[in-house]
Amino acid sequence: MREMDVAQVTEAIAKLVVDACTYLGDDVVAFFEEAIEREESETGRDILVQLLENANLARDSNRPLCQDTGLAVVFLEIGQDVHLVGGSLEEAVNEGVRKGYTEGYLRKSAVADPIGERKNTGDNTPAMLHTRIVPGDKVGVIVAPKGGGAENMSAIGMLKPAQGRQGAIDFIVDTVSKAGPNPCPPIIVGVGLGGTFEKAAYMAKHALLREVGSTNPDPRLAGLEDEIEGRCNDLGIGPAGLGGTVTVIDVFVEELPAHIASMPVAVNIQCHSARHKEAVL
Amino acid sequence: MDRVITTPLTDEVVASLHAGDRLLITGIIYTGRDAAHKRLVELIDKGEPLPIDLKGQIIYFVGPTPARPGEVIGSAGPTTSGRMDAYSPKLTALGLKGMIGKGSRNEAVKEALKRDKAVYLGATGGAGALLAQRIVSAKVVAYEDLGPEAIRELEVKDFPVVVINDMYGGDLYVEGRKKYERKGDS
Ligand code: SF4
Repeated sequence: MREMDVAQVTEAIAKLVVDACTYLGDDVVAFFEEAIEREESETGRDILVQLLENANLARDSNRPLCQDTGLAVVFLEIGQDVHLVGGSLEEAVNEGVRKGYTEGYLRKSAVADPIGERKNTGDNTPAMLHTRIVPGDKVGVIVAPKGGGAENMSAIGMLKPAQGRQGAIDFIVDTVSKAGPNPCPPIIVGVGLGGTFEKAAYMAKHALLREVGSTNPDPRLAGLEDEIEGRCNDLGIGPAGLGGTVTVIDVFVEELPAHIASMPVAVNIQCHSARHKEAVL
Repeated sequence: MDRVITTPLTDEVVASLHAGDRLLITGIIYTGRDAAHKRLVELIDKGEPLPIDLKGQIIYFVGPTPARPGEVIGSAGPTTSGRMDAYSPKLTALGLKGMIGKGSRNEAVKEALKRDKAVYLGATGGAGALLAQRIVSAKVVAYEDLGPEAIRELEVKDFPVVVINDMYGGDLYVEGRKKYERKGDS
């Protein structure tokens, strides 16, 4: 049994939230460079150039990529041979969020009483925490700040099994179509197929962590991802929604078996400010 | 390609703008988002004076990140404009000439743009670091208690926007998309 102080988790999260909001992943930057060559609309190319310049400026001037530094979504993969000491793990995670958002000059966007007073919690807590127990004696920490614009355009459909593959694709493409310019395209489309209501939504979110440009190891899902990407790009939404051929950065699908009566399809939309960073403790 | 315009906006300048035009704005603009809009409209409904004169002005829908010491402003990209739809027509009626945001506006706003000769401009969502660099100075002029949502007077230089909705009913989100839409056979 390896002993680990939860303060280590606090420190890791405080650093990761700031890094995630400031340094865009190399995979997304490489996508911008490639998409500038491919985008047919001149205005669309102009937007992609701005996004590339924005990523460089954020890195060099130590400023957040986007003013919406999001709610702090945190995934912990806790090795089953780790014994966490020094207090509550959940509190340690929230302390990391509090520290990172306050000391890192990030915007605090969490409001309590969401259908009433909507009062800012002041420190961007609570974290949206997902934990998983895995083999080993390490703790994986992934931080993925999620802005409101793209999250608001996400959707879940409890479709009928008879709607099948085509019905699922139509629902996903329709969600992207309705979102139009609002989620700051080009976007990553995270999809969760099957499972239960909450598992589908979780998979759609978790799928967003995959590396842009990577191929799904399951050829059946890889084909599905390509088909969805093609259909979404055909919508013509383009960079910033001003019209163009590049609407989607990538499509990532995760899947679980479903109930005999159900076909859940969850779509989590991620804007081009696709921020996530991780550390292994 | 990009046309340079200065604020405040005159009727002549607004009349010369068309959906799809790329502009660089120089001059003073004001910030405001949900909470500030709510307060402005409450004053209008009560017939009371506003803390800023809207005539010829542009409002930028933004809630910046906190500025680090020595910075003029933190990251400052546009927020989704649709949340301001309920308020905007009352502001254009008082002479507001432009709004900067991201995302679609509703029919009532598009009608108000025609009625009051005003424009809706799009700044690139998510380009908060780049747009902040085009902001030369910033000072809070109303509703300081609202923090990031306070009304700020910004001096901008070459602030890049695209005309989304003009005063003639043109809509770049609709027209641009139509132009690049491909009817797949799937
Ligand atoms: S959708 Fe993303 S890029 Fe756009 S404003 Fe929100 S967080 Fe920023």
